[in-house]
Amino acid sequence: MNENDSVPMVQMLSPEGEFAVPKNYAEYGSYIERLTEEDFLKFYRDMARCRRFDNEATALQRQGQLGLWIPAIGQEAAQIGSGYGVGHGDHIFPSYREHGVAITHGIELMSILKMLRGVNHGGWNPEETRFHLYGIVLGSQVLHATGYAMGVKFDGKVNTGNKADDLAVISYFGDGATAEGDVSESFLFAANTQSPIVFFCQNNQWAISSPTASQTRVPLYRRGEGFGVPGIRIDGNDVLASYAVTAKHMDDARAGAGPFMIEALTYRIGAHTTSDDPTKYRSDEEVAYWTARDPLKRFEIFLRRQGIGEDFFEEVAEAGEKLATEIREATFALKNPDMEDMFKHVYSQPHPVIDEQLDWLKRYEASFGGEN
Amino acid sequence: MANFVEMPIAKAINAGLRKAMSDDAKVLVFGEDVAQLGGVFRVTEGLHAEFGDSRIFNSPIAESGIVGTAIGLAMRGYRPVAEIQFDGFIFPAFDQITTQLAKMQNRSEGFHPMPVVIRVPFGGGIGAVEHHSESPEAYFAHTPGLRVVTPSNANDAYWMIQQSIASTDPVMFFEPKRRYWQKSQVNLDSAPLDLHSARVVREGTDVTIATYGPMVHTSLQAAEVAASEGISIEVIDLRSLSPIDFPTIIASVEKTGRLVTVSEAPNSFSVASEIAARITEECFFHLQAPVLRVGGFDIPYPAAKLEEIFLPDADRILEAVDRSRAY
Repeated sequence: MNENDSVPMVQMLSPEGEFAVPKNYAEYGSYIERLTEEDFLKFYRDMARCRRFDNEATALQRQGQLGLWIPAIGQEAAQIGSGYGVGHGDHIFPSYREHGVAITHGIELMSILKMLRGVNHGGWNPEETRFHLYGIVLGSQVLHATGYAMGVKFDGKVNTGNKADDLAVISYFGDGATAEGDVSESFLFAANTQSPIVFFCQNNQWAISSPTASQTRVPLYRRGEGFGVPGIRIDGNDVLASYAVTAKHMDDARAGAGPFMIEALTYRIGAHTTSDDPTKYRSDEEVAYWTARDPLKRFEIFLRRQGIGEDFFEEVAEAGEKLATEIREATFALKNPDMEDMFKHVYSQPHPVIDEQLDWLKRYEASFGGEN
Repeated sequence: MANFVEMPIAKAINAGLRKAMSDDAKVLVFGEDVAQLGGVFRVTEGLHAEFGDSRIFNSPIAESGIVGTAIGLAMRGYRPVAEIQFDGFIFPAFDQITTQLAKMQNRSEGFHPMPVVIRVPFGGGIGAVEHHSESPEAYFAHTPGLRVVTPSNANDAYWMIQQSIASTDPVMFFEPKRRYWQKSQVNLDSAPLDLHSARVVREGTDVTIATYGPMVHTSLQAAEVAASEGISIEVIDLRSLSPIDFPTIIASVEKTGRLVTVSEAPNSFSVASEIAARITEECFFHLQAPVLRVGGFDIPYPAAKLEEIFLPDADRILEAVDRSRAY
């Protein structure tokens, strides 16, 4: 299904749910050994939560409640696994499809729906959550992440001798964004400064209607090589591989190893956005092939083999329905922003033109005599 | 007694950068060739020897990367001062400046202050090859979220670079490259004005000239010639192009009734156009003549042997002054 399928990649859970750590990836396997059963259940809960959220958001868009929805269906393992591989002090610079990563870092899901309804541009505090705003212009956020990582390095927050004080940065982007100059420039700046950053590329195989082959002639995990950024490919539908490889390279980055690239090979089972029609550019067979490799099903099989019972899966399904009801109701209850909001924070200090235009708009609206 | 020192504009910017770097360890200077060489115009000369690699460093030749990483550094709490080597080289960074830097405070609802300064040597008159003589300021003045300033003399250069670095908004700092070595007195003790105020640099009663950057000098030459012919020209150095200090222009036009703008940029859709539109709205009944614009032509900046014809000079300015007075 993919011309690069022969490329070796880190996989710990086979599509059939068999767990095995190949010898050459033992350094990653040690990260799984440290996980408890509760960690495994948390991974599954959040993947399922992400999936249910995604489906409900798609429904809300179809009902006209959201202007647009950007599904991440099929990419939950790549996102939840790597999201939990990021330390609590680390900073995350996401692209616009990172709902799973957002879940792992405490972003309120309604913030994402507000943004796609058109209430604001995100609204969460990126300093407090360490999860920055979604990057919309492809690749733009990767440079911000790199600059941030350079700052971390300049601050001496790498390899301090006290691991709790060390920091690293991770930036998420897709296969399409790798074609942007900003991503290449990020590799260069990060490598030259040996800054603590992990470049996490979710290769979901489609950039809207363009296949990955139209962005690259060599496997993407090698894209950084010429800049001095080594990389590895992982099975992006394997939540354990995604967790372990991210955690290991974030640790390495914090310890001063410099930048690293992870290519998570996954598949965008859904459309690019609700405005897209993937039936025009890809086959049903291809979608069926990848649906059979659904990351949730794979992890479910693994958990059942571990002895996790039906109760747990029922509880997760119920929690999903509860979440769906909650966000549906919360979306219906969302208020439109105040007219004045769009004039705020354009500048940090008063600005004569903006102040004057807002005054005019208020007088204009008031001239109709009613409420705004 | 104020502490006055005579120095050229390039040295004044250098002194202002040194002061800002000394006062605040978070100020970082970077760009192409700014470290050991001191930049192609030597504006940052000596700073690397004084402050070292941790405060001033050469970036790769990647303008989008320069601005994009400056944004990330600002998020980390730094105050980056990024140099774009020449006006014509800023466009690879145009996306990061207009879609990211300019909007970051607004889209983050104020969580990310953006104390980033982008220094850009601009304008013509140095006999350069293509892409080294341009006046792209209107693109940035048109973009909400940016502040755009340009000093015309050493004192302003010294103070405005420090005020720009102190700003928590992103500032595009355009440096009049052909005036880099023009000397004037710098008052090291106190700032002359706030960053966004215009200054009346020559008082007059017949016609107002609103100008900025390298054309302030040319406009003053024109005013001198006009004075010898009995015409009294008031010259305003705008200093700030976004926001523009309209009260100062309006007060002058209410007195003179005539306004001529002077800049090197092509006139269409320019800073001059904005001034003409705004003054027409604000001063309609005071105007004795339409606002006239003296600028570059609406053509690509020409080969160097033609630039003296392309660029406004005192005669071109006086021609417009005469036309204004003829109404």
